[in-house]
Amino acid sequence: MSTINPSYITSVPSDNTYDDPAERPPLITGANDFTSVTDKVVDIALGKPNPIWWAAFLTASFFALLFFIQIGILFVTGVGIWGNNQPVSWGFPIINFVFWVGIGHAGTLISAILFLFRQNWRTSINRFAEAMTIFAVVCAGIFPLIHVGRPWLAFWLFPYPNQMAMWPQFRSPLLWDVFAVSTYFSVSLAFWYVGMVPDLATIRDRAKNRLTQMFYGVLALGWNGSSRHWQRFERMYLLLAALATPLVLSVHSVVSFDFAISQLPGWHTTIFPPYFVAGAIYGGFAMVLTLAVPSRAIFGIQDIITPRHIDLMCKVMLGTGLIVTFAYTVEFFVAAYSNHHFEQFLFLNRPFGPYKWIGFWCMFTLNCVIPQILWYKPCRQNLWTVMLAAMSVNAGMWFERYVIVVTSLHRDFLPSSWDDFQPTFYDFSMFACSFGLFFSLFLIFLKVLPIVAIAEVKSVMPQAHEGHGHDHGHDEKGGA
Amino acid sequence: MAADATTTGPDLYGIIAEFKDMDTLMPAVRKCRDEGFEKWDVHAPFPIHGIDEEMGVKRTILPYFVLVAGLLGMSTGIILTVYTMAGPINTWLWVNLEAYPYLISGKPFNSFAAWIPPIFELTILFSAFTAVFAMLGLNGLPMLYHPLFKSQNFRRATADRFFICVEARDPRFDPETTSNFLRDLGAESLEIIEE
Repeated sequence: MSTINPSYITSVPSDNTYDDPAERPPLITGANDFTSVTDKVVDIALGKPNPIWWAAFLTASFFALLFFIQIGILFVTGVGIWGNNQPVSWGFPIINFVFWVGIGHAGTLISAILFLFRQNWRTSINRFAEAMTIFAVVCAGIFPLIHVGRPWLAFWLFPYPNQMAMWPQFRSPLLWDVFAVSTYFSVSLAFWYVGMVPDLATIRDRAKNRLTQMFYGVLALGWNGSSRHWQRFERMYLLLAALATPLVLSVHSVVSFDFAISQLPGWHTTIFPPYFVAGAIYGGFAMVLTLAVPSRAIFGIQDIITPRHIDLMCKVMLGTGLIVTFAYTVEFFVAAYSNHHFEQFLFLNRPFGPYKWIGFWCMFTLNCVIPQILWYKPCRQNLWTVMLAAMSVNAGMWFERYVIVVTSLHRDFLPSSWDDFQPTFYDFSMFACSFGLFFSLFLIFLKVLPIVAIAEVKSVMPQAHEGHGHDHGHDEKGGA
Repeated sequence: MAADATTTGPDLYGIIAEFKDMDTLMPAVRKCRDEGFEKWDVHAPFPIHGIDEEMGVKRTILPYFVLVAGLLGMSTGIILTVYTMAGPINTWLWVNLEAYPYLISGKPFNSFAAWIPPIFELTILFSAFTAVFAMLGLNGLPMLYHPLFKSQNFRRATADRFFICVEARDPRFDPETTSNFLRDLGAESLEIIEE
C-alpha cells in the first residue's frame, strides 16, 4: 500500500483531480504545513483588503443601499408598485424567496450531510458555503416579509398570545414556512458561528493590535484548544450535523408545500418536495462555485480550494441537475398519465404557451442542457467552463421558479379569469438589488472572518496523524 | 490566600510543555496518562481523533442534554399546535381551556398530520440550541480570562503547536519533578505559568 508519493508534501502538484484508488490525491496541494495554512487564511482577515475586494464591495453596497431605498418606496406606496395582480397574485417576491432560500441549501448540505458522510473535501469550502447560506436566507426572508402587504405587522405570523384572539393557523403551509425558515436560519447561524470559534481564536492569537485582539477575543469566547473542549465541540458538531441534515431536507420540502398543498394544476404535485430539495442543492452548489472560483484567485487560496474541490462540486451539481431534469420529465409524464385535463392543458401551455421562451425553454436550456458539459473532465478543470455552467444554473434555477409560479397561475381553471403577468421596473430592480445585499454581506465576511475552516483543514492534512513522519504509506487515516 | 510564609509571588497555575508535531506529542500524552496526572490537558490547533482514549477522558454527557431538549421541543410543538388549534374539543388533551379552535373548510379540529412541520421544526430548534449552549456551558465558555493567555508562546496552540499543560492543583504536581518529567518527554520548550 506504500504507494503514496511523499513528494506531494514537498513539491507543488498542479493536478489532484485523478481518481487512482492506489494513490489517494491530497486534499491540500502545495508545500503546506499547519503554519502556512494558518498564515494564508489569517492574513486575509488581518491584512489590508485587496483593491479588487474594495471595488466589489463598493459596487455591492451601492446596490444594497438601492435595495433598502426601494423597500422604503414599497412601504410608502404599497405592493402596487409590483406587477402582482390577479390571477398572478404571487409574482416576483415568491419567486425570489424560493430562489434565495434554495441557494441557502448548499451551505448546510456541505456542512452537515457531507460531514456525516465523512467527505473530507468539504473542509476547504464549508465555512464560506455556510456564510453563503446565512446571507442567502437573509435575502430570502426579506421578500415574504415585504410582500405581506402590511410588513410592520409581520410579527402576527408568530404564535404569541394576544387580546385580539388572533392566532396563526397551524394547518397552513405558509405558517409552516415561518417555522421552517426561521428555524433554518437560526440553526444555520449557530452552526456557522460555533464552527468558527476555534478559527476566531486563531485570528485572535495572531492579531497584533489591541483593537483587533479585543474584537476577535470577544468573538472567540476564550477558546484555548483544550482537548477536553475539542471532545465536546466535536460531539456537538456531529449532533448539529445530524440535526441540520433533516432540517435542510425539511425546509425546502415545506417551501414546496406552499405550492403542493394547493389545488392548482402545476403545483398540486407529489413530486414537489424531493424536486425542490434537489433543485435547491443544484442552485446552491452553482452559487458556491460562483463564489469559490473568484474568491480563491483573489485571496490566493488555490492550494486550499484545489482543482479537486471544484471537480467534486461540479460532480454534485451534475448529479443534482440530473435529478432536476428527471423531475421535469416526471411532471409531464404524470400530467399525461393522470388524464386530468386541466393538468394536461397546463403542461402543454408551459412549453408552447405565452411563456414558452422567457420561461420554459430558458429554464430547460440553462438547467438541463448547458450543465451537461460537466460530464467532460476538461470542462470541469477549466474554470471558465465551470463558471459558464454555474452561471447557467444560477439563472436557470430562477427561471424554474418563474415557470412554476407564473405559468401555473396565469391560466387557471376558468378562462374568464386568465390574464398575463406584467413584471414592473421594481420587480426587476428589487431582485437585482437583492444581489447587492447578498454580496455586501458576503464580502464583509470574506474580509473579516476566517473564510476557510482552518482547524478542520488541518485535521485532514497528513501531518495531523501520528506516524506521518516515519511512514508515508498511511492510507489517509483522516479519510476514514 | 497566602498558603504559607515562603510563597510571596503570585500563585503557580501550572507548567506547559510545547511539542512540535504529532510524533512527539502522542507518546508524551501516553506517558502523562501513565504518570497518573488528573488536572492536565492537551492544547491543540485542531481536534486530534482518538486522543480522548489516550488521555483517559470520559465521553461527554452532551448527547443526553440534546435528547432531553429534543423531547421538550417536540412536546412544546405538540402542546402549541394541539392545544391552541383543537382546544378541549374532540381531543385527548385533558385541559379545560379553550384556545383558538377555528373551523375552516370543515377541517377536523385535531388535524394532527398538518402540525407535524411545526412540531418537527421546534424539536430541531430546541435540540440544536441546546447542543450549542450545553457545549459552551460544559466547556466553561465564554471565558474571557485564562492564565494560559499570558504566555506568548501559547498563542501558537491555536496555530501550529501542541501543548501539554499540567496544572499546579494536580495532586502529583511538583514544580521540580514535573518540569523534569515534561522535559524528558521531548518538549521543545517549557514554561511556568503563573495564576
